[in-house]
Amino acid sequence: MAVMKFIPTALKNLFSKPVTTGYPFEPAVFPERARGHISIEIDSCIGWGMCVKACPLGALTVDKLKGTWEINRFDCVVCGYCVEKCPKKCLSVQTGYQTPGADKQKALYTKSPEVLKAEEEKRKEIVRKAAEAKKAKENGEK
Amino acid sequence: MKKRSIVPYGPQHPVLPEPIHLDLVIEDEKIVEAIPSIGFVHRGLESLVQKRDFNQMVYVAERVCGICSFGHGFGYCEAVEKIMGVEVPGRAKYLRTIWFELSRLHSHLLWLGLLADGFGFENLFYQCWRIREKVLDVLELTTGGRVIFSVNKIGGVLKDVDEDMLAAVKDMLDKIELELKPIVKTFREEKTVRSRLDGVGVLTKQQAHDLGCAGPFARASGIKSDMRKMGYAAYGELDFDIITSDVGDSYARCDVRIGELFQSISIIRQAIEKLPTGDIAVPVKGNPDGEAFIRIEQPRGEAVYYVKGTGTPFINRMRVRTPTFANLAGLCETLKGADYADVGLLILTIDPCISCTER
Repeated sequence: MAVMKFIPTALKNLFSKPVTTGYPFEPAVFPERARGHISIEIDSCIGWGMCVKACPLGALTVDKLKGTWEINRFDCVVCGYCVEKCPKKCLSVQTGYQTPGADKQKALYTKSPEVLKAEEEKRKEIVRKAAEAKKAKENGEK
Repeated sequence: MKKRSIVPYGPQHPVLPEPIHLDLVIEDEKIVEAIPSIGFVHRGLESLVQKRDFNQMVYVAERVCGICSFGHGFGYCEAVEKIMGVEVPGRAKYLRTIWFELSRLHSHLLWLGLLADGFGFENLFYQCWRIREKVLDVLELTTGGRVIFSVNKIGGVLKDVDEDMLAAVKDMLDKIELELKPIVKTFREEKTVRSRLDGVGVLTKQQAHDLGCAGPFARASGIKSDMRKMGYAAYGELDFDIITSDVGDSYARCDVRIGELFQSISIIRQAIEKLPTGDIAVPVKGNPDGEAFIRIEQPRGEAVYYVKGTGTPFINRMRVRTPTFANLAGLCETLKGADYADVGLLILTIDPCISCTER
């Protein structure tokens, strides 16, 4: 058993560079896979709500008619299960953390008006076609 | 008879990383008896398991604890896979082994740091955590998370590891093996460190056996028990010995864990060498119907998972017996006759993980 065994290590550290990053003066570097936050390409979303059902925390809300996707960032633990379940692959896990906020607001994403308009027209078209088909069927029965 | 008094210790105490409360019955400066009470961070996993489907539960299970997170996710997946009769592909088994051992490395380094902090060696504490940071960086590179990895799923793993990442892991292992040498030398040979650890809190082999201790705590008392030898994941194909010590004091526990650090490094190297190619997951159909009982070796000792499914997406019952729960009885035994000043250190030597214990 000896004493002062640690002195060389301590001295070496005294004269070496710090191992930590000088954040915020130096930017934080994340590896490609780092799970920072969930992001969405809202215009590709079809509003099926698979992500809402998948989320173990219940942090997501989807409204298909309004074309909105909402996430409570304070509930989300970035497990990535919604990304795995998304049928259109419009959800993704991004590196970097969300900026801190003073109030617990949910992040709301809404589709662009053009996409919403196109979807509305598509829906009307489907309803019209269905009505026509029904009419044709009734006429045929008569 | 000397005058006895009761000193409450914890749940908030500078030396305790997590909330455990002990009522210490003391005579002068000597502990006569210690009465533990837990339940400060209970989260009700057994009720939660009935409200999340069995795939979602993987993510909940691995959040039982921040340090043993991989083990919990892994144990739960193994149990559900056993119920459903799913055979995990070889590559997934090896990847799970690599990540499990990396998490053991970071857990033991964390513990060594906390121990150094416990006996007041701040510099050594930071040295241990500096090395641990390298392990965390590699874990973040390969899985995306520093302590909670979210890579397990029923039927395999979610993320594959490419050659560059494996090279980074090997490079990290070489580096930390070198950096560990002066640290380990300090723990093993420095007189000031040994004077705090030698002969403190001795637990004999018989006592450890009778009280059902687990993990490095039991191995330091000479009990040759390591669940990895049962051959789950890829452990059956890798070569390693069970590290034990016959002394049973605080230093023996430190020594066993230091030995396991190098053992983990060796296991990861072997696993990378033997890593097979192929799929990382198999598709899983249906719901778990039946029950399974799984024993795995967490960094802190043997953990037991019991899962019961009834053919619905929701698990009917899940029980986790964590190593700290098994070691609490042993802790109270070691505390008897100890000095009051050693209490913090002795609590640390079982590597307590109260979040795991209370689930």
